[in-house]
Formats: sequence, structure tokens, C-alpha cells
Amino acid sequence: MLHIYCPHCAEYREEEEFHCAGQAHIARPLDPEACSDQEWGEYLFFRKNPRGLHHELWVHAAGCRKFFNMTRDTQTYEIKEVYKIGEQPSVVAE
Amino acid sequence: MSDLNVMTPEESAATKAAVMNQVPGPEIQGQSPLHHADLESLAQKGPKTGGVHLRELKLLGHLTLRCNAENAEQLAAVERVLGVALPLQPLTSAENGAYSIRWMSPDEWLILVPGMETFDIETKFRDEMPGHYSLVNSSGGSTVLELSGANVLEVLKKSTPVDLHPKAFPVGKVVSTLFAKSGAVIRRSGEQRYELVIRRSFADYIWLWLQDASREYGLVIEA
Amino acid sequence: MTQQNRLTSGGRIDRSKPLTFTYNGKQYQGFQGDTLASAMLANGINVVARSFKYSRPRGIVACGAEEPNAVLQLGATEATQVPNVRATQQELFDGLVSASTNGWPSVDTDVMGLMGKVGGNMMPPGFYYKTFMFPQSMWHTYESVIRKAAGLGRAPREGDPDRYDSINQHCDVMIVGAGPAGLAAALTAARGGARVIIADEQNEFGGSLLNGKETLDGKPAAEWVRAVVEELGTYEDVLMLPRSTVNGYHDHNFLTIHERCTDHLADIAPVNQVRQRMHRVRAKWVVLATGAHERPLVYANNDVPGCMVSGAVSAYINRYGVVPGNELVVMTTNDYGYQAALDWADAGRKVVAIVDTREAAVGDRTEAARKRGLNIISGSAVIEVQGSKRVTGVSVAAISASGSKVIGSVTKLKADTVASSGGWSPVIHLSCHTGSRPVWNEEIVGFLPGETVQKQLTAGGINGQYETAAALREGFDAGQKALVEVGLAAAEVVLPQAQMLKVAAPMSLFHVPHLKPTSQAPKQFVDYQTDVTAAGIEIACREGFEAIEHVKRYTAMGFGTDQGKLGNINGMAVAAKALNQSIPETGTTVFRPNYTPIAFGAIAGSHSGALFEPKRFTAMHKWHVEHGAEFEDVGQWKRPWYFPKAGETMQQTLNRECLAVRNSIGILDASTLGKIDIQGKDAREFLGRVYTNAWAKLAVGKCRYGLMCGEDGMVFDDGVTACLGENHFVMTTTTGGAAHVYEWLEIYHQTEWPELEVYFNTVTDHWSTATITGPNSRKLLAELTDYDVSNENFKYMDWKQITVAGVPARVFRISFTGELSFEINVQANYGMHVWEKLHEAGEKYGLTPYGTETMHILRAEKGFIIAGQDTDGSVHPYDLGMGWCVSNQKPFSYIGKRGMNRSDCTRENRKQMVGLKTKDPKQVIPEGSQAVLDPKAPVPMPLEGHVTSSYWSENLGHSIAMGFIKGGLDKMGETVYYPQADGTVIEAEICSPIFFDPKGERQNV
Repeated sequence: MLHIYCPHCAEYREEEEFHCAGQAHIARPLDPEACSDQEWGEYLFFRKNPRGLHHELWVHAAGCRKFFNMTRDTQTYEIKEVYKIGEQPSVVAE
Repeated sequence: MSDLNVMTPEESAATKAAVMNQVPGPEIQGQSPLHHADLESLAQKGPKTGGVHLRELKLLGHLTLRCNAENAEQLAAVERVLGVALPLQPLTSAENGAYSIRWMSPDEWLILVPGMETFDIETKFRDEMPGHYSLVNSSGGSTVLELSGANVLEVLKKSTPVDLHPKAFPVGKVVSTLFAKSGAVIRRSGEQRYELVIRRSFADYIWLWLQDASREYGLVIEA
Repeated sequence: MTQQNRLTSGGRIDRSKPLTFTYNGKQYQGFQGDTLASAMLANGINVVARSFKYSRPRGIVACGAEEPNAVLQLGATEATQVPNVRATQQELFDGLVSASTNGWPSVDTDVMGLMGKVGGNMMPPGFYYKTFMFPQSMWHTYESVIRKAAGLGRAPREGDPDRYDSINQHCDVMIVGAGPAGLAAALTAARGGARVIIADEQNEFGGSLLNGKETLDGKPAAEWVRAVVEELGTYEDVLMLPRSTVNGYHDHNFLTIHERCTDHLADIAPVNQVRQRMHRVRAKWVVLATGAHERPLVYANNDVPGCMVSGAVSAYINRYGVVPGNELVVMTTNDYGYQAALDWADAGRKVVAIVDTREAAVGDRTEAARKRGLNIISGSAVIEVQGSKRVTGVSVAAISASGSKVIGSVTKLKADTVASSGGWSPVIHLSCHTGSRPVWNEEIVGFLPGETVQKQLTAGGINGQYETAAALREGFDAGQKALVEVGLAAAEVVLPQAQMLKVAAPMSLFHVPHLKPTSQAPKQFVDYQTDVTAAGIEIACREGFEAIEHVKRYTAMGFGTDQGKLGNINGMAVAAKALNQSIPETGTTVFRPNYTPIAFGAIAGSHSGALFEPKRFTAMHKWHVEHGAEFEDVGQWKRPWYFPKAGETMQQTLNRECLAVRNSIGILDASTLGKIDIQGKDAREFLGRVYTNAWAKLAVGKCRYGLMCGEDGMVFDDGVTACLGENHFVMTTTTGGAAHVYEWLEIYHQTEWPELEVYFNTVTDHWSTATITGPNSRKLLAELTDYDVSNENFKYMDWKQITVAGVPARVFRISFTGELSFEINVQANYGMHVWEKLHEAGEKYGLTPYGTETMHILRAEKGFIIAGQDTDGSVHPYDLGMGWCVSNQKPFSYIGKRGMNRSDCTRENRKQMVGLKTKDPKQVIPEGSQAVLDPKAPVPMPLEGHVTSSYWSENLGHSIAMGFIKGGLDKMGETVYYPQADGTVIEAEICSPIFFDPKGERQNV
């Protein structure tokens, strides 16, 4: 069970309080109508499944209910960093 | 109070938010979420000593304020209404007499006030607060349980994964967290005293849970 | 019966407190301080089990968690039955009732034993895979016989009378194991002011220090232990947990500890106390001081009762005052094995021989034995044991220096006990739980914990440090390191002086050679619990299983409840030899939680019975209960399903409730609908983006129905939203969808459109909602309010802020039944008051409470969908015939718009929502029935759609159904068929789903 630092509550909490909402940084296309079916399908359904660093969107569901991003190693489960929505990760895969 | 029903269309269109006194006259007694548990009788008939004491602080006014912690005008307005500043540090609380404010989120605070003052304070907020904010009366949706006693920490530790050690959880600290399979806003209100804000629909579950968790220490109901 | 093997003095037992216990129906006596195992050995009980596959008699081998054989069934009553209890870990209490589990009809005379002798040869490794899987249909027949033969205990048939719970803990340093290393670490960390938890699976702290005659600072080690425990007890921030097994070590230093609070007291826990407790620990740093398990050697007939590991022999003598036999032969590859012989001799019983597999090893322990004049046979091994229910003798022969073959002649010695020591295996189980791979170490001849990303330290036996002085030093170092890491200053601790013994190098030997090849020698057991032999592993290797994980699965090695604590390393060594490679090349299997078996009760904790799952109640719940409601679970909510009167069938109730609504008035508790308060100047814009229809012009005081879709264009929720003020709305959601919709709004606001000025707040629990519906609902409402509720003043889809029964209310004139309806919302503290007043005043109209089932029927008569029942994530608004609820004029590309326009969403022949009228009006099509056009078509028939909602309508006098049909909107009047499982076919006509009041006049009156 992960121990997660909530960047809004500014302390570590148990994973039970959080939900993972999938891959981070999936921006909704600004003009959906301009997307082809394939582009829209990729936005909707296609996600990375890396072995190693992964950027994820989490929400402190039972706490402050704020979303934030997390960079996590999918092999070791180490959390490399958490950062707020709108910020970019400082730890990235090579 | 703005009565929507007698407003002209122009007045109605100018109404930004609906505020209403939701509390009837004193002839109608409200029923708190634990009304059915009849805590008054239990307090009279039940044990007088035990490691855990439970009291429902019922029918308080619960107001949820959402606003911008960086907006000085809003912060000043809150202080004018409540006589105390919003706690801006995460997981802290503030008090002014019968008013208490709990930090819930970077843009959210739970304000508890005496039940009969709720509408008055709502109205004052509507008069004072500038800019983008929301104020929601949630008094019917939750209640407050006060837990105290020598074994209160054990019972809380059985119920929530948050670290409650005095070093990590000083008096005045507030957390929103899981409580058994429900949730609670926990505030340490004294050395061995904690307040839980719990949701109405889960109140009976949490009541059952607390009875079970405190069984080995003895539960004293206070009214 | 006397305790024939009990010494008259010594040990940590209290001879003044005799305890009576029962084993297999017979009464015995032990003492306070005994484990069940030590008491059994004291009484000379040899056979404690029959083996899994071969049904061979088995005795106690070890004295701790690693015990593979003495796995017993406990319980004085049916309700208190507990399987899988290791007698070596169960403390004795007065009245304890135990029984062996393997053995039918009994362990002493086992019918299967006779069969086993034949069957053993018929059951090579992989036997189950090879034999019982084909034909698969026969498995159930085979299984019943195999299960009976295996018989690894049984679950109670009655409810457990005991209580269990769990507790969350946090600490700076979690120390696992309270032997010398763990205690030194705890003392150091505690003195440094850290928050410390130290747990040990035994009843008292001390670990190996309690099993021997060692001294610290010249005094018995137990005195140092007592002083440390006393000091630890004085620190507020130190939690000491004896009888507590750390059974799992998870990510980010999360550990679970299984504490047996009252298992040592009685069959049932004392009143108000919990029997077992799970501690869920989050630790900043973890110190693993779990020690090591002694490995037995693998030799012929090494499973005959009387064959034990040498350290256990010492422990039984020193800790429990029990000598488990009379004539001892020790076989050892290292110095530690000598200790058993020394202790045995001290106890006054006969040491027949110490058989050392090494040539001329010289250490302090070997010299002590020599000085005692004990018979030491070097360069030799016990190659075979004689006996059946007890060892009667051993065959000893000289072996080669590498231990690969017998080189000398065989000498037979008379003995009843064989203590073997193949060295030690560090207890690395917990370090494996977090994904760390163990590393082989030649020097200690064992696996050590591998690299880890956890904040983990190790100390003592787990590092291969088996001398007390070294263990103390490592524990101290780990404590200091942890202090520094958590930001505290180093502590002052003076370690006690331990004896420094010279230790000769151990020999790397696991599998003792025999005169015959392994395949022909008597069975040489590797894993006692799963009956895996050295020959079995060799076969597996010959059959092509090279990866150790495959060998494990093929032979079942390590699959017992002991997880192969004794046998795994030996098995790997045998496999390595068979594959002609080294142990590190062969690799190791790893261990998973739980370290030892755990009762389900401890895993469930308090979350059982009434506390299994929260039950959510509305403010009127008590009324519903008092008025005989049957309840339906909707999410965690308990909603009234229907309100039967005495003697009514469910259908009769539903008919009565439905008629009451259409003809007069009914009342529904609609409080469970999700309600979200939305405020801010961009609230309206936001609604337009998350709903498919238009919201720009909804006036204050008005309500509107909305459909919510995902980005894929598929409907996932719906509900009515009211405009409370220009910048203020309240949205309703389905009961089950409330939490999801709320998170949906938040995720879009926080991650996509943070610039929109809007706030969302859940107010579901704040409002109580009483819906009155039916032609008489206005009359009833008028009686309870001063407000003019006429159709002119209070129109359909209006909401009004009025007073109802003296309580301020928001009343929405919206309808889910198609009748004139008012949804009366009041602050929930007053919900019951208004509900009761409505009933008082409504009596004269026959006001009828109804539940969710009648609600479903009434809305189906109107063709209204229920999101989640009539939708399944694959239908868009046009599929539902709800194109009227989609706006294409909105400038913003709202959620669902692009999805709905994907080519697959706009193609012909999509399944569309239609009504279905059965040819026989009395027939109700079962929900879920699949539609076909030709019921005589060959199977598999082409499927045309399915029924989503189907009911008997008493109002209409015929059944009604809604469902999907491919291209259904163009097939009005056509016939479809619904073949049923019983072979019958229901014929139905496709029609409009609006069965009742198609013009919608009744709700507008």
C-alpha cells in the first residue's frame, strides 16, 4: 500500500484515501470537432503502460478532494515526486 | 431574505444565489442524524464510567465556504463576519467563541455555528463577500460527534489510518479522512478530546462502529 | 499419564501451575509456560500427523513458526474450531482441546497409510496434473477422495463467537523480532526518543536468548532480556507486541502484524476482549531482526518421528525443561549442532554420537563436546534412519569430503532421536514481500536479503550473524542508523558482554548421500508438509523443469502452509545438483505474505455482520421500518422497495401502490438522489459543457432535465437541475451515480477548465425529499402551505421556495411518474416532521407510500429511462430516442458531442430503445431476454437486442417492457421473439416505449 504525499494537505496519507484517475497530462483536445475519429479514439482510449517511470493523475478522494500528479516507478512502486495540476514533472524517463 | 416567489422577473434575474432560512419555528423540533439512537436516554441509563465518552453536538449550523485564499478582500470579509480569520495553513482550524472554522482544502472551509444563527451568518456573508465564492448550508447533512476519554486514541486508531500521535496531531489540527468504511472530518479539540464531523446517512453506521470499537474500554454516552 | 520427558527443574515453565489439555480425545498435563508442542513432547507423544501424500507418521521437528508437521486443529466446541495451528506456537492453556488433522481414521492407525505405501509409487511429482486433470469431468470424483486423504484441518460449521479488529499504527522504527538484535535495536531507538514498535511472534521477548544457557555480562541472558523489556516499558512511545507475528511487509514500509491477544488464555476470549488484532503499521524505518531457521538435513527416512532439528532439541530442553527422547544422535555440518548434544548430556540423558559431516572441525563448541567425552564421528553422516512411529536406530557411514557419496562401511547405532543441523537459513521472508530478490552467500551457506528500495535495515541472524555478540552489535548499529535517518540524535547504549565463541567453518551439505542412488534409496524428505522428496525433485529436473519456480510448482515444494520454511533451500540445492549447476545459478523462489497462516476473522476484523458494509439511511428510515417496508440496496443506501400489507404478495403490493398513484396519490422517499450545489458566474456555462442539452436560457425558478455523457458519447447519468439563482444551481443525479458525477465535475473543473468560476458541493445528505405524486397531490400540498400552488401560479417544471407543514422548503414540480407531482425538499433534520405531516393530512386521500419497484413500473409506463438499468455505457442519447435532449447549437463542444459523432455512433442499424408489448398480455418478458427475429433459426441465432426493463402494469392491464432492438425505431409494429431458457418463446410487438398518457397531459394539470 502506497504512502502518498498530498501536495495540498502537505502531509503523507495512506493510499486508501486516494484514487488513481489514470495517466496524467492527457489534455482534452481544444477543438474536438476538428479531430478525426482516429485522433479522438487515441485521446479517449490509448494510454501508456510503461515499465518504470509513469506520470499519473490522482485525487485525494477522502481528504481535500484535489487532483494532483504523481511520478511513480511501476516496477518498484517508488513515488519519485508529486506535483500540482498545471505543473510539469521534474523527474522524467530517459 | 429574498423571496423568489414574489420577485419580478428582473429582480429574479439579479439574484445570484438563493439563500433561505431553512429552520422552522421553535415549535418544530429538528431530528439530528442520531435522533433514533436516543442518546439522551442512554446517557441517563448507561454506564457513567468508561474509557471513551461520546456526545453528539447536534443541530449545529454547518456552512461550507469555498473561496480564494489569496483574495485579501475575501479574507477580510470572512473576518468581518466571523470575527476570526480563515485558517490558511493546511489541516488547521480557528475558533471564535461558538464559531469554529476547519480547513478542508486549499479553497474550502467548514464553518460551524450555533444552529439558530446559521441564516443570519449566511445573510451576512452574502452581504459582505466580494468576488467568486460559494457558501452552502449543509446543516442537515451532517452532525458532530465529540469523543473523549482515556482510550479515545485507541478507538480513533481502530477507525482511521491517519497518524494521531500528539506530535503529529496537535490540538486544533483537522483532517478529512476515512473513518472505518465511511469518512469523517476529525479535529482535535482538546488534549483527549476530538470532534468528528460525519455525514447524516452514515451516522448510524458510525454509531454502531464506535460502540463496537470502544467495547473493551467502556463507552459513556453524554447528553 | 505422567510427563515422562519432563526434567525436574529448569526451563521457563511454572511447575506449580499444571494445565490439563486434550489431544485426540485423550487428556494430558503440561505446565504454564509450555507450548502445546512442548507439552506433547513432555508426554512422549510421537505421532502428531500423517503426511499429505504418503500418509507416513510424522512427529514434531522444530519449535517455532517453521514447524511443518505439528499443524493441529484446535477448539473445544464446534464454533471455536481453528485449523492450521502450529503446536509449536500455541501456548498451552487449561482445557485446550487439540486434534491431529492428517489421518483418517486416526494418526496412529491410518487406513490411508497402507494405501499410501502402494499409492506413493503411483504418485510421482506432477501426479495430480498428469492423472486427475483428465478427463476434467472426473475431477469432482477424484477431489473428494484426495481431500479426505489430505485433511488439512477444517473450518467451523458454526459462527465464530469471538471478536477481531484492526488498529492503525505509525512509528519511526518498526523492529521485527525481539531476539538479541531486535532488543538491542529497540533499546537504542527508544533511548534516542524514537517512536518504536517491536513485535515478536513468541509469548515473551528474548528470541534465541531464551533457548540456551548463554550468559550476558556473566549473568543468564534472560536477565538482560528482562531488564531491557522493563526499560522499554517505561517509554511512552514504545509499543511492545509479544504474540504478534509480522505477517506482511508491503510497499513504502507498510506492515501488518497479527496479534494473538487472547489465544493463550482460553478457547473463547474473555468478555469484551478481542481475540486477535491486526496492526496496520506505517513505519519510517524498518529493522528486520527475524533471525534464522535451522535447516534439517535430507537423509533417508528423515521424517520418522524423533528426527528433529538440533536447535529445537536445545530449546525444548532449556526453555521448557523437556528432553524429547532418551538416546540422541546428532548429525551436523557445523558447530551449532554440537550444542544439542551438550544440552542433552546436561539433562542427564544419553548422547549416542555426534556425527559431523566435516573432517576435524575445531571450534569452541566442538572442543566442549570433546572435553565432555562425547562420541564424535567425523567425516560421516547418518545416511538412513530406522523406525516407523519413532526412530529406533540410525545407519552411519563415512562420506566423501564433498559430501557427494558414501565412502565407508555402515555402522548401525541404536537411538530414538536424531538431531540434524544443516546450518541456518536467514528468515528473509519479509524482505521478499516487497519484491527484493535474495542473494546467495557462500560463507554462511544461505540466502541473505537482497537489495531493496524500502527504508529497511537488517540485523543479526537474518544477516547470517549467528553469534549473540554480533547480533547485539548489529542491532545497536541498526537502531543508531534509524535514529539518524529519522532526524534524531544517536543514543547512548552500552552493550552487554557476550561470550565470544570460536566457530569453525560449516560444510555446504544439504542432501546426505546414500548407498543407493536417490531414486532407489528410502525416501529422503525435503518438504515434509507437501511430501516432496529428493527423488521427486530429481524427477522434475529430469522431466525438463529447469527454472526453480517451475520445479516448485511441479513438485508442490513450498506450497504447504509452512511455505517450505525448512525445506526450500534443501530443495533448491537438490535441484541445483540434479541440474549440475550452483545454487545461485538455480536461484530461489521467494516468499509472499502471509508469513504464517492467519484466521479469516483477523483479516476481516470488525468489518463483519452489521459492520460489514455501511448502510446509509435517510431521515425517514425509521418510519419505513415501522411501516413494514421491504428494502432494496441501491449502492450503500437502504431504499424502501415496497410496502407490503399483511397477506399481500409482492405483486399485489405493487399493483395497489401503482393504482394509488394513478388514481389518487402516492408518496416516495426520494432523499437518496444525489444533489450537487453549483455556484459561480460560470455555473451555467459549466452545465452546458457536461450536459448534452442547452442551459443558457434556463430562468431562475425553473427546472430542466439533463443527460450526461462520457467523452465517448455514451449516456452515464441523468437528472433534473434547477436554477436557484442566476449563478446558483442544484443538480440531481441518480442515487448510485452521485459520487461518480461529483468527481466527474471536479476532474473537469480542476484539470481542464480551471478558469471557469464555479464551485461544486455535495448536498445529498442535507436535503430530505418527499415526492407526492398523483391527481390529489396538489390538494394535499395546498393543505400544508399558505402558498398558491395552483397550476397558474406553480407551473410544471417550476420550483418554489415555500413553507410546507411549517418547514421552509424548496418544492420542485417535476415528475418521474407522469402524474402531477411535487418533490418537497427540506433540511433533513425536518424531513421526518414533514413526512409525518404529509401522512396525517394525506390519509383522507389514501396517501400510499411506495418504494423503488413501483417507481420503476410507473416510470416505465411513461417510457422514462433509468440510467444504469436501461443504459449500459454503450448507448448514446439518439439510441435512446432522446435526441430532443441533445443540443447542437451550443458553441462549446460539450462532453459527448464528438463521441456521438464517431462513425460507429452514426451508422445504421444501431440498437435503439423501443417499447415491447407481449402478444399474450399476461406474459412478462424476463429482463435480459435476447430478441431474435426467427425463433426457429439454427443456433447460434442472430441476436437483435435485449430487454432492459419489464413489468406487469396493473394500470394498463398488460405487461410492459423496454428494450433495445437493432434499428428498432424503424420497426414499429414488427414482431420479435424472446426464446427462454425453458424452451418457450415469448412473442412481442415493437411499439413506442410510452405506454401511458403519450401526450403527457397528466403531469401538466
